[in-house]
Amino acid sequence: MALVLVKRLAQGCMTLLLVSGFVFAATNLLPGDVAAALLGEHATPEALAAIRRSLGLNQPALYRYWIWLTHFVSGDLGTSLANGQPIGAIVAIRFYNTLFLAAVTAAVSVPISILLGALAAAHRGRWLDRMVSGATLVLVSVPEFFLGYLLIMLLSRYLAVFPSMAQIPPDASLTQHLFAIGLPVLTLALGVMAYLVRMVRAAIVEVMSASYIEMALLQGASEHEIVLRHALPNVIGPLINIIVFNLAYLVVGVIIVEVIFVYPGIGQLMADAVAARDVTTAQACALIFAVTYVGLNITADLVATLTNPRLRVRAA
Amino acid sequence: MLLRSVSWAGTVSLGVIVTYIVLAIFAPVLAPHGEAEVVGGAWISPDMQHWLGTDGLGRDMLSRVMYGGRRTMSIALAVTVAAFLLGTLLGLSAAIGRSWLDTVLSRTVDGIMALPSLIVALLVLSVLGSSIPGLIGVLAVLDATRFFRLSRAIGQDIMSRDYVEVARLRGESIRWLITREVLPNATSVLATEFAIRFCAAVLQVSALAFLGLGVQPPSADWGSMVNENAIAINFGIAAPLFPAAAIAGVTVSLNVLVTALSDTSRFARV
Amino acid sequence: MKLLEIDALRVEAERQGGRSALVDHISLHLAPGEVLGLIGESGAGKSTIGLATLGFARPGTRITHGRILFRGVDLLRMPAAELRRLRGNRIAYMAQSAAAAFNPALRLGRQITHGPVRRGLMPLAEARAEMVSLFQRLRLPNPERFGQRYPHEASGGQLQRAMAAMALIARPELLVLDEPTTALDVTTQIDFLTIVSELIEERRLSALYITHDLALVAQLASRIIVLRAGKVEEEGATEGVLLRPKSPYARMLVAARQSALTSATAVPAQAPLLEARGISASYRQGVAVVDDVSLSLQQGEILAVIGESGSGKSSLARVILGLLPQRSGEIVYAGAPLPALHRRTRQVLRQIQFVHQQPDLALNPRQRVKDIIGRPLDVFFGNLGRQRAHRIDTLLETVGLPTSYSTRYPTKLSGGEKQRVCIARALAAEPALLICDEVTSSLDTLLAKDILSLLKRLRTERSLACIVITHDFGVVRALADTVAVMHRGKVVERGPAQAVLDSPQHAYTRQLLAAAPEMRLHWLRDRRLATAAASPAARSDSNPVAKGVSHAHLA
Repeated sequence: MALVLVKRLAQGCMTLLLVSGFVFAATNLLPGDVAAALLGEHATPEALAAIRRSLGLNQPALYRYWIWLTHFVSGDLGTSLANGQPIGAIVAIRFYNTLFLAAVTAAVSVPISILLGALAAAHRGRWLDRMVSGATLVLVSVPEFFLGYLLIMLLSRYLAVFPSMAQIPPDASLTQHLFAIGLPVLTLALGVMAYLVRMVRAAIVEVMSASYIEMALLQGASEHEIVLRHALPNVIGPLINIIVFNLAYLVVGVIIVEVIFVYPGIGQLMADAVAARDVTTAQACALIFAVTYVGLNITADLVATLTNPRLRVRAA
Repeated sequence: MLLRSVSWAGTVSLGVIVTYIVLAIFAPVLAPHGEAEVVGGAWISPDMQHWLGTDGLGRDMLSRVMYGGRRTMSIALAVTVAAFLLGTLLGLSAAIGRSWLDTVLSRTVDGIMALPSLIVALLVLSVLGSSIPGLIGVLAVLDATRFFRLSRAIGQDIMSRDYVEVARLRGESIRWLITREVLPNATSVLATEFAIRFCAAVLQVSALAFLGLGVQPPSADWGSMVNENAIAINFGIAAPLFPAAAIAGVTVSLNVLVTALSDTSRFARV
Repeated sequence: MKLLEIDALRVEAERQGGRSALVDHISLHLAPGEVLGLIGESGAGKSTIGLATLGFARPGTRITHGRILFRGVDLLRMPAAELRRLRGNRIAYMAQSAAAAFNPALRLGRQITHGPVRRGLMPLAEARAEMVSLFQRLRLPNPERFGQRYPHEASGGQLQRAMAAMALIARPELLVLDEPTTALDVTTQIDFLTIVSELIEERRLSALYITHDLALVAQLASRIIVLRAGKVEEEGATEGVLLRPKSPYARMLVAARQSALTSATAVPAQAPLLEARGISASYRQGVAVVDDVSLSLQQGEILAVIGESGSGKSSLARVILGLLPQRSGEIVYAGAPLPALHRRTRQVLRQIQFVHQQPDLALNPRQRVKDIIGRPLDVFFGNLGRQRAHRIDTLLETVGLPTSYSTRYPTKLSGGEKQRVCIARALAAEPALLICDEVTSSLDTLLAKDILSLLKRLRTERSLACIVITHDFGVVRALADTVAVMHRGKVVERGPAQAVLDSPQHAYTRQLLAAAPEMRLHWLRDRRLATAAASPAARSDSNPVAKGVSHAHLA
């Protein structure tokens, strides 16, 4: 078992390394490089060459990658092309804000989804299940900005419950912060819960249809015993896997939501950077997103391995 | 034969999708006003003259939604078709060909799929700039990974079946195996995936346009229209909701239709 | 008083387009200490009755009518809590597949001792002791520590015995055995049955033994009920049903099981059609699945290759077909060496045809029957024009299918019909050699008998040579001219079928023959006495070779 874990962990690290390489390659090996982005379309060849030399763009790619990576890991994220400021400082605050938003969303979505998914599975085929399936199907299909602006319309305009723009004053208290992100959390949560509920339901239904459950019934087990003793140990692994996997999905959804609600997170930062063609900032943000996403998926994979009963071995 | 057994939800969504297609194809004929034509004041509420009101520059919202649909959906279609061809071709090759090819392709795809696609698209477009071919290219490559995985799995599954073995024992060529044995049994799964990926492409193209990439003004596009009109929501004007609802309409209908059809076929096969 | 009395039981299944009866007003009774055999083919409703005996109906089915009286009390009208107390306690159930019956997340021992402990029948220590003694009795390895294993750490045969321990630990009065040996090899099956029948006798249990195998049920049951499509066809003492069946259906079943060896057609000595010398093959540099095998086949000869799972018989077929490359040795067909599949000429491909074990998987669901059968005609005989349809019709008639079937899709055919289409497809190429891999294993007894008769007829009419892969001596008896016995990749014995069956030379052949249940009352009892008499020590270790086989399952 330990051997399998170590192998997966090593594979995970390899993936992370490859991901960083890809992020670097995406920005540095494509046509239309940084220099052109900086100087615009009417730059003279001499000006382009000069900028390239000063940015060190004429050095071999692998060397540049190494420098970039080592700097990144040690905290130096480079300088923004838009305003010449070091990226590190601003990224830190923004990343914290985004994590806060994601954490609150997760705290809200996960318990409700497990409950709803379990209920839907328990009443499989009946009206509760059908309603849940229908609602989640719709929610899974709609774009986040539809949900977002609809919620602003309903809860900010018609019913002035939440602010439409999630501005965080620098010295905001926790409650103020929470209140400001009410709508973004709701928008994100509805999207994530739709996926979570469907997956939780499917996982529970699968475990409950296993033959050993029937055997337990024929042995005289009560419903209570079946759920707790037989189903639960087999469903925990898949459940945790699903949750972690969907947290990774949050990473992507967060960008749109931050833009809709003008929330000062790293998603908004990246969107602005891309619009302004601030390649270095975009690159830094992309790497942070990518590492978080990949890291969560690796964790999901590790959890799945850990909880797989077929990998357990009896004590000698 | 199949359509008769589809539920009411499936029929309704089919109707919706057909409407969308008709409106998109015949937009230049059916739209009441031009795409960039200024017809009145900014942000007029929906009334008899302008069914969806006007946008921030006084252009007819309904017409722009129709033209926007045409543009967004055609870009999404281009993305999906390109992804389908690329992914399915490579996926089947991986399933049927030599194992080193399979390993190389699968590892590459695993690598691409390890990254969140929106991030990759944003990153690439930040360098390439907002060109439509570039947009289609990036999204096509990203979506092709899904088709790759699916066609590879299906290919391997079908190729291992006994009736394919019977064909191989007859000395049938690879081309015959693929066209007569594998593909006929894979069409429904691939078609379903095509529909789902098309929805995803619509969402991706709109999301990117919403963030300022892809289609540029004054061209109408659902995503960028949401962006342009977003400011109005703060004043209680529903303008950005119309293009957003248009997107939701097509994606929800397609998903409902796919779900309805797959449930039915599960019965029909038994 | 009767221990169990089922009165006018009716179980319905909710299917598309209404309900259909799985069990149609069945009544039966069981006295204390009696073993009742329920026999029928698939779909007869026997499993449904077995589950109903515990007051259980699978999701999608409902018990709509009848009473199930256990010691005079109706299970179907009992409060739920009381019914739960009965289950696993006074009525125990043994499922068909042990692997699916155990929770993969819990250790075997815990799952076995949990029931009686939770019900307060005995303290944990006593339950553990009882479990270990049952493990010993059931001849599981390391009985003291076996319970600590997880289900995936035990082989199929071991899990089946663990399931027996789980059923017996609470000392039930009634045992329901639902096809408990179907998933086991012949030799493992015999071990299991021997022990279970001993335990039933010792503890004076009543048992409901559900199976499709007449020979097996004859060994354990004192009374037999023959079921068909949810109704009782015949009922009576075992001896009566076996030797003097009254109903036509029962007569067919008994006749199908007994097949006298037809006098093997004397094949004139000539140059062999197929000759294999020293064939060895393996999958991916692993252990050799075919180990130095030699055999020869004349034109019009039927060779049966018999062995248990893992013996290499199917792999041998694949080598001959060219699907599995051989590591050493050579195969000569019609005087010329047989190359790998991609180098074979069209002629050779045409002359050697293959029929798979499972007809469901061997037909492309998107092709009509006429396209399936017609394709070999197109490939091997070119453009036949009007002749094509005629040939297809002839082939359908040959295999006993109506010509109207040619426009059907495989999903509209039954299992037996699909297998016939597969045979028709093979015949379309007009082969000289037909290789059949367990072609009757997935079919019911009566259907299997039909297919075997068909093959015999084809051999006589077309001088078709066959290699028949099987694990069932009944097939050998019905069809074969010569037989080769395989064990762990080697051919341990080879010769004319009659000779090998009557006087087997090799120990494994003898063991395999002895393990095949005969349609004879007291066969099992006689066997037990014989093994006991042979050597008292051998009793605890009676099958060294079988043990080897079940260890192979573990690996």
